[in-house]
Amino acid sequence: MSSQATKQNPGLPATNGSDAVIASLHAQGVEVIFGMVGGSIISVYDALHRDGNLRHVIVGHEQGGAHMAEGYARATGKPGVVMTTSGPGATNLVTGLADAMMDSTPIVAITGQVVSRLLGNDAFQEADIRGITMPITKHNYLITSADQVAPTMAEAFTIALSGRPGPVLVDIPRDVSEAPTEILTSDQHRLAPRLVNVPLGHPMQVQRALNLIAESRQPVILAGAGVIHSDACGELRALAELLQIPVATTLLGLGCFASDHPLSLRMPGMHGTGYANLALHNSDVILCVGSRLDDRVTGRLERFAPNAKLIHVDVDPSEISKCLPALVPIVGDAKQVLSALLQGARAWERRPDFSAWHKVIATWKQRYPLGYVQRDGVIKPQQAIESLNGLLDDEDIVVTGVGQHQMFTAQYYNFRRPRTFITSGGLGTMGFGLPAAIGAKLAKPERRVLCVDGDGSFLMNIQELCTAVRYRVPVVIMVLKNSHLGMVRQWQGMFFDQRYAQTQLAPPPYDQVAQAFGALGRKVERPEDLLPALRWAMAAAEDNQLPVVLDVKVDPDEAVLPMVPAGGANVDFIPCRLED
Amino acid sequence: MNQLNPLAVLVRNEPGVLARVAGLLARRGFNIHSLAVGETDDPQVSRMSIFISGDDAVREQAVKQLRRLVDVIRVSDLTDTPRVERGLALIKVNAPRERRSEIIELANIFRAAITHVDNATMVLEVSGNRNKIEAMIGMMRPFGILEMARTGQIVMLRGQAALAPGQSEFPDPSYLTEAVA
Repeated sequence: MSSQATKQNPGLPATNGSDAVIASLHAQGVEVIFGMVGGSIISVYDALHRDGNLRHVIVGHEQGGAHMAEGYARATGKPGVVMTTSGPGATNLVTGLADAMMDSTPIVAITGQVVSRLLGNDAFQEADIRGITMPITKHNYLITSADQVAPTMAEAFTIALSGRPGPVLVDIPRDVSEAPTEILTSDQHRLAPRLVNVPLGHPMQVQRALNLIAESRQPVILAGAGVIHSDACGELRALAELLQIPVATTLLGLGCFASDHPLSLRMPGMHGTGYANLALHNSDVILCVGSRLDDRVTGRLERFAPNAKLIHVDVDPSEISKCLPALVPIVGDAKQVLSALLQGARAWERRPDFSAWHKVIATWKQRYPLGYVQRDGVIKPQQAIESLNGLLDDEDIVVTGVGQHQMFTAQYYNFRRPRTFITSGGLGTMGFGLPAAIGAKLAKPERRVLCVDGDGSFLMNIQELCTAVRYRVPVVIMVLKNSHLGMVRQWQGMFFDQRYAQTQLAPPPYDQVAQAFGALGRKVERPEDLLPALRWAMAAAEDNQLPVVLDVKVDPDEAVLPMVPAGGANVDFIPCRLED
Repeated sequence: MNQLNPLAVLVRNEPGVLARVAGLLARRGFNIHSLAVGETDDPQVSRMSIFISGDDAVREQAVKQLRRLVDVIRVSDLTDTPRVERGLALIKVNAPRERRSEIIELANIFRAAITHVDNATMVLEVSGNRNKIEAMIGMMRPFGILEMARTGQIVMLRGQAALAPGQSEFPDPSYLTEAVA
């Protein structure tokens, strides 16, 4: 290494592996680290302290830190960073890493590890976090020498972001973080070139896709999170509008195409709209972009879209023909492929006429609208979500936990912009909402961030209220309190003869819990109080720079409809109940 | 017995890579019949020969999933390609003096080496494809096999085609054509 690369600073101890970690984070443009210190990571925190230029947020629990990193990443597209000590600090990350893996969220986790000579000896706070997280990270590392810190960190960030994003874990034994090493200049934190390979989509397959669409009569676009990851929402909209193809958006794809666009079918699948499921079922061509066609989207596979020819665009080849065989497989970045399709379609002399198809879809929209029955004096959860539509701006961010409230949000909120919906899709992690909202708000302080949560879900990471108060993160949390684990209760009611096994909760008054943490809180029990309370909460959060919790009492008997019973075919959905 | 399908996998020679490959195949439900791993002429690269069983779709998934691993450089499904497969077995059999010549005769037929002999036992070393080794084991069973150790099969393409580390992470465009046929 050249002498210029060495940080000459006689007033400080010689630079070590920990300084290399901090230098790497600077080189990657990291703005904030979510973490908690401990014995094995103490030296890295010492370097962080000496550096003094990196924002660090102390979390209440490492799981919360992982979800904050996810929230940050989902709001920005940049990798979120979480840092913990060894043993329990590291194992507490497991749920967050698994969540990020399932939802292709780029995060980098840095964990301390016991000193190398104790590895494998069941030392105090030793856990084989590399072994534990192998199936739930895109890649992970155990660094064995301080000189390896900088190249490993560079590779870790590249892997987290490249292709299909995902979580990467870097485990650093204490002796490595304390061993002397030289600090690289910023241009030496280069990326490993073999990993930065964006497949563009094979032109022949793109042509075959165009041919299929040109010959189709009843096409549907199914857009997933890949469209958001590759920043391809403009291309998607242009293609849909040019050819007048209806668009269904998966849970994680919500926001990539405006929910209230005339071509929108909203969300398909288990709790999707009847018309999205009917349109997919009756389609002759599906252009699936950046969705892995998971079971909550397709329902019973053998009966999913029986007559459709599938064009499957994904940057990850392993997703193509994993669940459903693709007639036209296109391995490529969604933006590149959609641009190529758009270019091809623009050159057509005659565009296909799908007006008959739109008429059929219009009848389905009329016959199976989303809806629910209002009852005097009772707040319906759907109503609580709908009231957000006029209240939030398009760019404001909505975050949820997992459960009924999440599905109501996906159904009833009108998403119009990418990266405005942050939710745990694949893993379905209760407790995701509050920490993810904190991460999103810290990433986008200029946006309002509203977390819709359930009373079961909220409790699972409620300790992060402390974090939000301490760092004055003005998020609004609307807890839809039905005093039950509502989603499971719904299944018990529908499929288990109303045997409500262990789904009744005894939630505390969350407004008072919030106040005890130093946040603001208010109870909402009547429908007419809902909007004023939400307006107050939005204003109070910003005015006081504090989190605000609304404890909203909702009808516990409300079920999420439409619904496709588990294992059933999407076309056999149970529609919304529009009258008593 | 089902047909077994050989996969040849080039991986970065790094700690944990065997666990990554084996763990991935196991947790995604692929059944590993045998796995052999060793360094290549490039010490930074190891080569694994993995035998699984599955139809085209299953194997295609296995190949694609393996390609997702960062430490995996190349994967090739060698089913239906001309190839050489070799494994090795050490077989310790009961060999009292009066039966020794009989065993030697069988060993000669299989071109097995006699790597140890004493008054009561012999250790035979046989190499070849799976069928040959199975056949040899079958012939030795009546004498009484005391213990046995086998390697996984290793596999290589015949002819000029060779599996070598390339530049690209997705070097094999087979996924582009699979649905065309």
